[in-house]
Amino acid sequence: MEIPRHWRLKQQRYSLVGETCPHCEAKIFPPRDVCPTCGGEAKTQYTFSGKGEVFSYTTIYEAPSGYDETAPYTVALVKLEEGPIITAQLTDLGDQPVEIGMPVEMVTRKLRSENEDRGILIYGYKFRPVLSRAA
Amino acid sequence: MTDVIIAGIGQTPVGEHWEISLRSLAVKAMLAAINDAGGLRPQALFVGNMLAPAVSRQAHLGDLLADFAGLTGIEAVLVEASGASGAAALRQGYLAVASGAVDTALIVGVEKVTDYVGPEVDAALATASDSDFEAVQGVTPAALAALLMRRYMYEFDVPPDGLAGFALTAHENAAGNPHAMFQKAISLEAYQQAEMISEPLNMLDVAPNADGAAAVLLTRSDLLPRAYAQPQVKIAGSALASDTLALHDRSDLLAFDAVRISVEQALRRAGLTREQVDFFEYHDAFSIYAALSLEASGFAARGQGWKMAQDGSISRTGSLPCATLGGLKARGNPGGASGVYQAVEAAIQLRGQAGTAQVANAKVGLIQSLGGPAATAVTHVLQTV
Repeated sequence: MEIPRHWRLKQQRYSLVGETCPHCEAKIFPPRDVCPTCGGEAKTQYTFSGKGEVFSYTTIYEAPSGYDETAPYTVALVKLEEGPIITAQLTDLGDQPVEIGMPVEMVTRKLRSENEDRGILIYGYKFRPVLSRAA
Repeated sequence: MTDVIIAGIGQTPVGEHWEISLRSLAVKAMLAAINDAGGLRPQALFVGNMLAPAVSRQAHLGDLLADFAGLTGIEAVLVEASGASGAAALRQGYLAVASGAVDTALIVGVEKVTDYVGPEVDAALATASDSDFEAVQGVTPAALAALLMRRYMYEFDVPPDGLAGFALTAHENAAGNPHAMFQKAISLEAYQQAEMISEPLNMLDVAPNADGAAAVLLTRSDLLPRAYAQPQVKIAGSALASDTLALHDRSDLLAFDAVRISVEQALRRAGLTREQVDFFEYHDAFSIYAALSLEASGFAARGQGWKMAQDGSISRTGSLPCATLGGLKARGNPGGASGVYQAVEAAIQLRGQAGTAQVANAKVGLIQSLGGPAATAVTHVLQTV
């Protein structure tokens, strides 16, 4: 069931909580307490805005077990405004074609259900096209 | 330092071996390598495998395989580094023999994936990426490769069939390899019409997961049996480098830094330059990996690796023959065994025993195995003595 494993990640999954480096000001996601840019200790919490743009994307037709119900689905590398890139599914696309550079924003969605009957539902971040853009 | 010699080689055909178990596959290759080395007895066994606990319900492979090969009592351990497991095991065996800690080391890479169906194997493979921040999003290794390929084609203006040459070359070369899974050339039309796996990655950009085992027996040159009859091939350089596990954590996703570092170190340790490399066995689990590896290894400029597949540079008679016995793409990709297959194949080339697939005057071969999208990169330089 792995409940504790997913519970431990709730701040990241629901709110994109990472870290900022007190030495070089790099923004870090996921948190790792060691700054990947300067190597210094970085434990200061930082909540990301959830805004970013598509860096690359693809569609998965042959999904791994646990994800077959929702296939096909689109995944992307999303470059966050603050710098880091994260891997996430795109959602709420409708008929909109995906393009590199497309602005997206974070939403919370069901990622998967564990087991069919009594399994837990895992929620987390996905990204959708930005709904209203200033012209 | 006394040379570390590949004294014995062994391999099973790569494919779907419904009738052969994980341990039987491994033992076949192990005994073949021992036999090829004139019966030298290994003092240590290093096993490369990535998925046995997940898809064969079997851990503790070091002991299991020593046991079933009749080697009970010797040092035996599993080395795991995802798709680079076999190459990482080779490096451990090399270090053990080079240091003098043991006189002989047997390295076997083995993978058995066909007991499970696709989605379960995909889920097992995905555990080699970042479980909490990649796999949880439903991302597979093929999807990661597709994300890289899309970005690569976008940044460097690569046409839709620009990477076709990697699969075409691999299949053409595999026709000369009796152990290969696909011993048949394919056409450009077949590539252009291949079914999409994850756009822009199609079926022929992906090396097929398959069963197989390969083994090499290492010793030092002064310890070879007097009657040893094979042409001698040594490991001239060995290096392993790491990068971020998650692709998204790289400062430059298209750089494959671990490849660059491992090639620089392996060549420096061998005292050789890129210009002296006669052939290159890269890790073409996905065609985009081959392009990025050529660039990171210093054989092509950034964004230009794909052109080496288009203009024939990587063909058997080109400037840098690659995947000379089919590569992962056409020989098949037996996961953690693939790095040991590369060592066996390079030894065959350097011994001059590759038949119709022989690279002319091959003296130095570079072999390179990757775990994930070059999160781990292992590079060895093999050379005739």
